[in-house]
Amino acid sequence: MATILFDGVAYGMLLFVLACGLAVTLGLMNFVNLAHGAFAMAGGYATVLLMDRAGWPFLACLPAAFIVAAAIGLVLERTLYRHMYGRSPLDQVLFSIGLVFMAVALTDYLLGSSQRNIMLPDWLQGRREILGVNVGIYRSFLIVLCGALAIGLQAGLMRTRFGSRLRAAVDDARVARGLGIPVATVFAATFAVGSGLAGLGGALGVELLGLDPYFPLKFMIYFLIVVTVGGTSGVMGPFVASLLLGIADVAGKYYLSSALGGFVIYVVLIVVLALRPNGLFARAR
Amino acid sequence: MTRGQTIAAQGLARRARWRAPEIVFWVLAFAALLLPPGKHLLLNEVAILALFALSLDLILGYAGIISLGHAAFFGAGAYAAGLFCKLVTPDPLAGLVVGIAAGALLGLLTSFLVLRGSDLTRLMVTLGVALVLHEVANALPQWTGGADGLQGMVVGPLLGRFDFDLYGRTAYAYSLATLFVLFLLARCIVNSPFGLSLMAIRRNSLRASALGVPVNRRLVAVYTLAAAYAGAAGALLAQTTAYVSLEVLEFQRSADVLLALIIGGAGWLYGGLAGAIVFKILQDTLASNAPQFWMFWMGLFLVVLALVGRERLSGGMRGLLARVARR
Repeated sequence: MATILFDGVAYGMLLFVLACGLAVTLGLMNFVNLAHGAFAMAGGYATVLLMDRAGWPFLACLPAAFIVAAAIGLVLERTLYRHMYGRSPLDQVLFSIGLVFMAVALTDYLLGSSQRNIMLPDWLQGRREILGVNVGIYRSFLIVLCGALAIGLQAGLMRTRFGSRLRAAVDDARVARGLGIPVATVFAATFAVGSGLAGLGGALGVELLGLDPYFPLKFMIYFLIVVTVGGTSGVMGPFVASLLLGIADVAGKYYLSSALGGFVIYVVLIVVLALRPNGLFARAR
Repeated sequence: MTRGQTIAAQGLARRARWRAPEIVFWVLAFAALLLPPGKHLLLNEVAILALFALSLDLILGYAGIISLGHAAFFGAGAYAAGLFCKLVTPDPLAGLVVGIAAGALLGLLTSFLVLRGSDLTRLMVTLGVALVLHEVANALPQWTGGADGLQGMVVGPLLGRFDFDLYGRTAYAYSLATLFVLFLLARCIVNSPFGLSLMAIRRNSLRASALGVPVNRRLVAVYTLAAAYAGAAGALLAQTTAYVSLEVLEFQRSADVLLALIIGGAGWLYGGLAGAIVFKILQDTLASNAPQFWMFWMGLFLVVLALVGRERLSGGMRGLLARVARR
């Protein structure tokens, strides 16, 4: 029981890091970006390739995955995404599905369609008994790292000058521009950081979620659930939603059969959205 | 009748008039039955996709509901028709009715979920419904055959006389006739006051309700209708291929039909039909070499389309047709 809860929390924390970039672009900037998983995939493949071909240690790969995904995100934002802000949701859906399809096809073509794995360093493997609960060391590592990231993000969004500029730019881009806030730069930087975090999540998730070219499509729904259920009130709503989702998914698959447990999360999603269409923690408008 | 009503009735009649290109289109579609065997299987797929896209057009193009899970109703129709054929009677027309009923029932039940919330909420709810059905179908292998698909369907002859052959001529005739009948119905519906009220809702639902349009009831009605159409398309696929697999419920199918509709242009009935023809021909020529390339080109097309603007493509196509019609 406690082990399941623990695994669910670790899984939820991982989902949060993967999805928090989307929480900002979709939740705050109102951009329906279905291609978010492609950045996570980029981070995951960067890690796999660096470890396999260049022999980098796992910990050194994590910042590299962040930088690779953030760089791709920045380039795409400057060239393509910025033309799509403010367009209708249908256009944004078509645009980002198109990006996903291209990313899947290119990855399949360049790197092959097989499932990729990594070898974790020895000190992250194995399980240990802590306070009577049997926990995996890698999962504890995930919880500590992702928890720290969540706190840092919340503080960054609420306490720093950049965070208040971002919130101002999101609330009313025109007035923000009039006050001298460089809205385009703020959006680009935010998008890059969000993509980078997705890349980091992808790197951390290779061990738990697996990695193949269809990763962006397989996990698209999870990211979207985190954001739509969490609502758009900053990063704390998505954080709670990811923990709930992680625990519900792990527990559902454990207590029900794995086939039946698969749709627990979708039922939760539909029920939540039917009752609260703007998510659990909706922002007052 | 008051003067205002007369003018409104004349306007509707003008919208509903048949134009020459439409007649040519349907004559050509039925003339394709006389082609030598070999292309009818592909044409059958085109007709089914066209019906499915027509169904999506009713909610997306006319009522403005974005759906990423339209495959839910397609799959419901397909499994209902398949199971009905195996368990009750092999008669295809009865199976088609059952497929339509299954789609409509599911549409009615889930329509209440798409009434509230923003476009994003609708997108998520429709996607979620399709995923739930996919998981349910996967979890009930004793009914659906699970990942192996529903096998052992033996579909009886159409109207008791025409067998479904290997070349697909009967299949194409069956699908095309169904498409034509349902198209005529949809044409009547969108050119009625009901259809006009849907377009008013899409443009501005607040103003529509201020004018006395019962917005929620209209949306429930059109969502159910579109789901019934999708169920018919699914039933046609199940019967003409005598096989149903989990693919009928996959996200890819919802994305494909959306793409087909967008190619043809949403918001006019021929959009889904034209899009289905272009989509299937492209898929047939590109995907036969390598499926990844097909996915890549499809993605590139979507990105370019979104950046350039959908209106230019569908507007261009409509302008072309209007020019032909004027000659």
